[in-house]
Amino acid sequence: MVKGTSKAARLFGLLMLGIITLQLSGCDMVLFNPKGQVGLEQRNLIILATLLMLLVVVPVMIMALVFSVHYRASNEKARYTPEWSHSRAIEAVVWGVPLIIIIVLGVVTWRSTHALDPYRPLDAAKAPVKVQVIATDWKWLFVYPELGIATVNELAMPVETPVDFRVTSDGAITSFFIPALGGQIYAMAGMQTQLHLIANAPGRYTGIAANYNGPGFSDMHFNALALDQAGFDAWVAKVRSSQRQLDQSRYAQLAKPSVAHLVEHYAAVDAGLFQSLIDKYQGVKRSREVEERLGAPQGQTPQGSKE
Amino acid sequence: MFGKLTWDAIPLGEPIIMYTLAVVGLIGFGGVAAITYKRKWTYLWKEWFTSVDHKRIGVMYIVVALVMLLRGFADALMMRTQQAMASDGSPGYLPPEHYDQIFTAHGVIMIFFMAMPFVVGLMNIVVPLQIGARDVAYPFLNAVSFWLFVSGAVLVNISLGIGEFARTGWVAYPPLSGIAYSPGVGVDYYIWSLQISGIGTLLTGLNFLVTILKMRTTGMTLFRMPVFTWTVLCTSILILAAFPILTATLFMLSLDRYLGMHFFTNELGGNPMMYINLIWAWGHPEVYILILPAFGIFSEVASTFSRKRLFGYYSLVWATIVITVLSFIVWVHHFFTMGAGPNVNAFFGIMTMIIAVPTGVKIFTWLFTMYRGRVRFETPMLWTVGFIVTFSIGGMTGVLLAVPGADFLLHNSLFLIAHFHNVIIGGAVFGYMCGLTYWFPKAFGFKLYDPLGRAAFWCWLVGFYFAFMPSYFLGFMGMTRRLNHFNVPEWRPFLLLEMVGVLIILCGVACQLTQLVVSIRKRHENRDHTGDPWDGRTLEWATASPPPFYNFAEQPVVHGIDAYWGMKERGVKTLIEADFRKIHMPCNTSLGVVIGALSTVLGFALVWHIWWLVIASLLATVAALIARSYDQHTEYYVTAEEVERVETERRQLMAEA
Repeated sequence: MVKGTSKAARLFGLLMLGIITLQLSGCDMVLFNPKGQVGLEQRNLIILATLLMLLVVVPVMIMALVFSVHYRASNEKARYTPEWSHSRAIEAVVWGVPLIIIIVLGVVTWRSTHALDPYRPLDAAKAPVKVQVIATDWKWLFVYPELGIATVNELAMPVETPVDFRVTSDGAITSFFIPALGGQIYAMAGMQTQLHLIANAPGRYTGIAANYNGPGFSDMHFNALALDQAGFDAWVAKVRSSQRQLDQSRYAQLAKPSVAHLVEHYAAVDAGLFQSLIDKYQGVKRSREVEERLGAPQGQTPQGSKE
Repeated sequence: MFGKLTWDAIPLGEPIIMYTLAVVGLIGFGGVAAITYKRKWTYLWKEWFTSVDHKRIGVMYIVVALVMLLRGFADALMMRTQQAMASDGSPGYLPPEHYDQIFTAHGVIMIFFMAMPFVVGLMNIVVPLQIGARDVAYPFLNAVSFWLFVSGAVLVNISLGIGEFARTGWVAYPPLSGIAYSPGVGVDYYIWSLQISGIGTLLTGLNFLVTILKMRTTGMTLFRMPVFTWTVLCTSILILAAFPILTATLFMLSLDRYLGMHFFTNELGGNPMMYINLIWAWGHPEVYILILPAFGIFSEVASTFSRKRLFGYYSLVWATIVITVLSFIVWVHHFFTMGAGPNVNAFFGIMTMIIAVPTGVKIFTWLFTMYRGRVRFETPMLWTVGFIVTFSIGGMTGVLLAVPGADFLLHNSLFLIAHFHNVIIGGAVFGYMCGLTYWFPKAFGFKLYDPLGRAAFWCWLVGFYFAFMPSYFLGFMGMTRRLNHFNVPEWRPFLLLEMVGVLIILCGVACQLTQLVVSIRKRHENRDHTGDPWDGRTLEWATASPPPFYNFAEQPVVHGIDAYWGMKERGVKTLIEADFRKIHMPCNTSLGVVIGALSTVLGFALVWHIWWLVIASLLATVAALIARSYDQHTEYYVTAEEVERVETERRQLMAEA
């Protein structure tokens, strides 16, 4: 019987060793190697919360193994108190310690949830770049309303500049996610969600659809290019040189279901496209009201609004 | 005539499905042939299918659960193989339209048709015995519940051969599950199989709530009940409060699909977010419905095999009650990323974390039950220690996911997959396996063959770590769930490692199947005539194994927690030798099977829009219920002589042993 438990201990040790080795071997864990401030803060939150919880979990594991070995039936020397079933001190500790940890974690959660609210504009010196994100079956359309350009499955942004994403879907629900930069947000038809991210290092990252939305789901990813200002300007010029225009009729073509859609550039885009897709599902009047509310100056924006 | 049903519904062009059907057909044919050859049909019909005995119904639940475990596990093997093969950009061997059905079916089957019946089966076998009752409160209703559940399971399996299953994921978010995006019959199979089995579950919840509140024997006050019964009481309350939400939600989805309504569509004021809220308002309590009884099992086992009273009984009971209440105010943590504001997200995140406190208390009470005990590492105890270690990891990652800031990164990732398999396998399934080993001798009168049980445990434990620990890392590497193919070579080693893990679990499952066969063949060697093979503490061990159909010739009188332990210590006899009395018992009825069969026909007809058959089967069901209400012979008395005969037989057996 003891053989069983010590075998468990040994196996567990081996497993932990394996996990640590894997970690040290430098496999590319994108979430632990973030390229943007938001991702960095979220990663630190994960590490902090894990360490806090290990305060309980590690003693549990040690107790499970020690008690198993020490109080095994064959160990006659161990103390045996068959009627003992209550201890105020122990109960105070087993309720109290987890409670204290959860209180600490609760405070951390309250603060971090507000600090990392995806709807909160980031504090940065530069004005944000605005991008409207439209998920259709099964590709990502990005509209830059200030630049008047649009792209499919390719997103570019200047480094050290916050990006203000407004996200909607013209189909099933999916989730807009660039793992290297930070958290995700759902894309839903008739709704507008918001996400603020910043890229602190130039690079070519992968963006994905992080919520299953049908047969083309696995190929619904895009390139997220973080470029220096010159590179970004060159990219914009390249998009503008494409000569193609994204008007409503062209959009209707584009929105038809397609899998693994190639990158497309549009030099001009219908300015009302994004809003029209929301209106399509919500009715014009309601959408206008929402737009007015969201357009209101900072501080008056209703927190927690889903639209 | 046949609605949407045509010959095209049978996937003749899909070799994988056709081979599966052929194998299933062969096994099914073999089973039918074997039963016919051994002339067992009458026995099965009279003693099992028409039985209203809670112990028999419990056994049948677990048999179906184990069969469905094999089906769900086959799905898991296929998914793991596909992801391991298709990680270099190649398409693998399963196209999306097939793969998407498999991951949906895997989730649906494992939750609704494996875990639920497994736990309900254990409840059925054990709870009436633990409270010293002769049966559940509504034995006929219990049979109906079981056959409604079977009906749902049959519908899911029919979808394999006729038509298709949903390709939406196991919670079927609209608008994807709406008629615009899923015009096929897959979602309809999903809806009706869950509706039919869901009604069965609801009736079970009702039955056990009343049974526990009203059927306890003399002296069994609420705070003397075994912890397993307590957890079943809380689970029943959760079922009663949560399952109507599922029924209503799926009903609205079916109105969208059948009558062109707009509860959850994108257009015309429909709101898919409403569905997501509703489905998780059921879905989160559902995970506690599954896990609480497992906690109860570990409590019984820890105390029995440590030969010691359970530490902190009151703490454990109150922790269970707190979890029951809190489980209804955490559902938003399944979709922090939907765009709710930070106040809402933080509230639900913190509520979720608070559940970790009573759960942590439970883990400590099991540990302190072992503390200063004499711990016998029989197989159920192995599952318990394996659970404590594994579940702690799952609990930790769960709290991590409850921090909204962290969840924005980890939502829908393989980290999430690793987390819920960690708590469902490492918590619920380990608990059920533990309970199965522990109570098997009670249900059948002989122990399971131990060496294979131990081997199965080690395979499951080691296999679990290999199969799911890499997923935590894949989550950190940015891998999202439900991918059919991808081109990320760094993920491959992890996926191969998981493949190895699944194969180790497969060995565990094989051990368990062999164990069943070997145990039945060696049943005479492992027979237990005492009724108390583990030196148990609660009332189920006070009667024979298997218990007579009336459970107790005389209902025991309870004087404290660990009622049977107390009786043993005081030297109270559990066998009466004279003064037998007649016992009031329910009659067997074939109506459960009939209603189950009619529900299957009803579900099938609804899926394929065969309206005349819908009406006919509905009318037939109503007619069957009316017939039942006119039946005067639903109960009878077992004569005192018959009771005396059964009890004398048992005494003789005990004397021989």
